[in-house]
Amino acid sequence: MNEALPLIWRRIPERYNMLGSKCLNCGTPYFPQRKMCPKCRRKGKIVAEKMPTEGTIYSFTEVHAAPKGFEQETPYFLAMVELSNGVRVLSQVVDSPADKIKIGAPVNMVFRKISEDGEEGVIAYGYKFKVK
Amino acid sequence: MDVGIISYGAYVPRMRIKSEEIARVWEKEGKKISAGLGITEKAVGAVDEDSATFAVEAARKAVKCSGIDPQKIGAVFVGSESKPYAVKPTATIVAEAVGATPFMTAADFEFACKAGTAAVQACMGMVGSGMIEYGLAIGSDTAQGRPNDPLEYSAGGGAAAYIIGKEKQIAEIEATFSFSTDTPDFWRRQHALFPRHAGRFTADPAYFKHVVEAGKGLLEKIKADPRDYDYAVFHQPNGKFPLRAAKLLGFPEEKVLQGLVTPLIGNTYSAASLLGLASVLDIAKPGERIFVVSYGSGAGSDAFSLTVTEEISRKGARPSVLVKDLISGDKEYIDYAMYAKHRRKLKSL
Repeated sequence: MNEALPLIWRRIPERYNMLGSKCLNCGTPYFPQRKMCPKCRRKGKIVAEKMPTEGTIYSFTEVHAAPKGFEQETPYFLAMVELSNGVRVLSQVVDSPADKIKIGAPVNMVFRKISEDGEEGVIAYGYKFKVK
Repeated sequence: MDVGIISYGAYVPRMRIKSEEIARVWEKEGKKISAGLGITEKAVGAVDEDSATFAVEAARKAVKCSGIDPQKIGAVFVGSESKPYAVKPTATIVAEAVGATPFMTAADFEFACKAGTAAVQACMGMVGSGMIEYGLAIGSDTAQGRPNDPLEYSAGGGAAAYIIGKEKQIAEIEATFSFSTDTPDFWRRQHALFPRHAGRFTADPAYFKHVVEAGKGLLEKIKADPRDYDYAVFHQPNGKFPLRAAKLLGFPEEKVLQGLVTPLIGNTYSAASLLGLASVLDIAKPGERIFVVSYGSGAGSDAFSLTVTEEISRKGARPSVLVKDLISGDKEYIDYAMYAKHRRKLKSL
């Protein structure tokens, strides 16, 4: 576990419900949240916006050499998921047979454990994706 | 009582292990054990799943089907005997994930396999008294059996969530009746990894006594008869007990089968009777009546009498994936080694 506890807590809205942002001026959605719209700059108006929970696999890889904390989960799939609003997120793809994990495959969000700080530490939960 | 079920949601993990595969490892007669328990396979959660993630998946379906604003949920109660944290509620994780926080109350319930129905009763009381508009009651477990213990063949995983309220009920809960005593038939001490049980003692003085007394008590209280019901759901620690309980109370086997899910997913503990009820609600028609009796070791039973309303015919009232599809649809069989990995039975992990 590399994340500090306050960071895990702050990221709960983002990880549990994919709460991102949207610029009311140009309509562009952002995930994770942004404080300002890079397109509209000072004209932009950023508000909180829930991301859609469905999308497709834009690209993916199979991880065999995992970073610290994910060693027991290898091999696992990591994908760029393009949500139905066009926003791309990096996420694990779980619970899906390897032959179904393809570019373009439709996926939906599931709620899983992301990481835990050893046997006694806090558990971080959040979104992952599953092939429909 | 004008309280009832507004919506429900169910979750069963994707992986399965066959009873015969568990028996192979311990060099036992798999077919005989499977037939004796009435369980052919059980559902197993993945390494990144626990009773909190199960509860969230079930609760999200219930909230979606209800059509209500989750901010109107005034209480979230999660019943489980496999909590991810010994201290820190699962209920707040679920409440945050379904968007019910922060103006609400929440707590975790523990009563072996009946914590989920105890949560339903608590919601009924709070909704009935006007304290809250809607309550979310969940039974969720990733049950664990000690390696080479008879429980290892039955301890499965799953969750069921119910939104309790007054408006637009898909099923009215007419009455509930409980029977509880101090009967130590199954327990897990603080810090112990696996539960212990009293073998055959878990049957007559425990399961059957409490299920029958609660069932009989409810029938007497509301002057009803088993013939008045179209379906009966009992707690199902294995595939055999609920059939015998039905016989003792006078319900024919055909009224029990729709709500009997344990043979293919194992005993889902706090979720077991609630998943059985969800399976019945998946097909029940308006006007049909359902009798439910849970059982939790330690020991107690909660009995419920329900009548399905016209509201169940509303489009979207039922989850898009039915319990039978969760059980028999997309699944992956694993061997004992993968099971040990995913359920962290290898202690060096």
